[in-house]
Amino acid sequence: MDIGLGHYLTVAACLFTLGMFGIFLNRKNVIIILMSVELMLLAVNINFVTFSHFHADLVGQVFTLFVLTVAAAEAAIGLAIIVVYFRNRGSIAVEDISMMKG
Amino acid sequence: MALTAIFFYLFATLALVAGAMVIVAKNPVHAVLFLILTFFNAAGLFILLGAEFLAMVLIIVYVGAVAVLFLFVVMMLDVDFAELRAGFIRNAPVGFLVGGVVLAELVLLFLARGVAPIAPGTAQAPIPQGLTNTEALGQILYTQYFYYFQGAGLVLLVAMIGAIVLTLRHKPGVKRQSAADQVARGPATAVEVVKVAPGGSAVPDAPVKPGAGRA
Repeated sequence: MDIGLGHYLTVAACLFTLGMFGIFLNRKNVIIILMSVELMLLAVNINFVTFSHFHADLVGQVFTLFVLTVAAAEAAIGLAIIVVYFRNRGSIAVEDISMMKG
Repeated sequence: MALTAIFFYLFATLALVAGAMVIVAKNPVHAVLFLILTFFNAAGLFILLGAEFLAMVLIIVYVGAVAVLFLFVVMMLDVDFAELRAGFIRNAPVGFLVGGVVLAELVLLFLARGVAPIAPGTAQAPIPQGLTNTEALGQILYTQYFYYFQGAGLVLLVAMIGAIVLTLRHKPGVKRQSAADQVARGPATAVEVVKVAPGGSAVPDAPVKPGAGRA
């Protein structure tokens, strides 16, 4: 009944997989894709905090703070791009986003 | 200890169920709300792990800012989300395959390899005793990791400026007050000296309507 490192890591692994699965499932909806990326980053954060707790080392929590910062910045920029794109094209379907054929 | 286990399973189950609902929800507004529920439960897990500050940051930053931003964008964009769900079932097998492989790899890794015992005395920043989590975090964040902290602030600044630059637009035909123009106004631009001949008029002649001259 003792909750150990493995339990938390399993939860984080499941959450990460859910995020990845979400990207496959909602291939057209870029907003849900962004949310799936947030889920994956959350799973990574859970891993960091878990190891921080079980190693009695604060560095993991510091790094989690930076991951949170980057995730917030990513969400803000990503949503701004979506808004601009919607204004220009009237759609946010991923397959339409092919103006810059790279 | 049993109470911790109960809460762990509660938070973990709810987080996973809500996470699953995020990706299968039909309505994107519901998806955002389930994302918020996921973050709340993850914050609960953080508290179980003794990271209270991060739990609060998760709730304030994610639920308070990021999730609400998602909510705004979802509600603001007039998109037919049902149309975007086409191919939902068609893509599922590939997703199941890739997701299943990744999950199996991760879990088998724990099971087969196990987690190495933690070598004592290797911590970069051991958790100090007798301090709250926030205090301990602040003590190393503002000293040892100060430059990284500044860098994180810079990232947020760039994100803020970028979001503003991307979404700001000037509508034509809207009269705005321009303080710079008002202050720069002087005699040279505001006053015009007009020579008027005696008996003449500085006002340009009104156009004479035909037939309305003299009755």
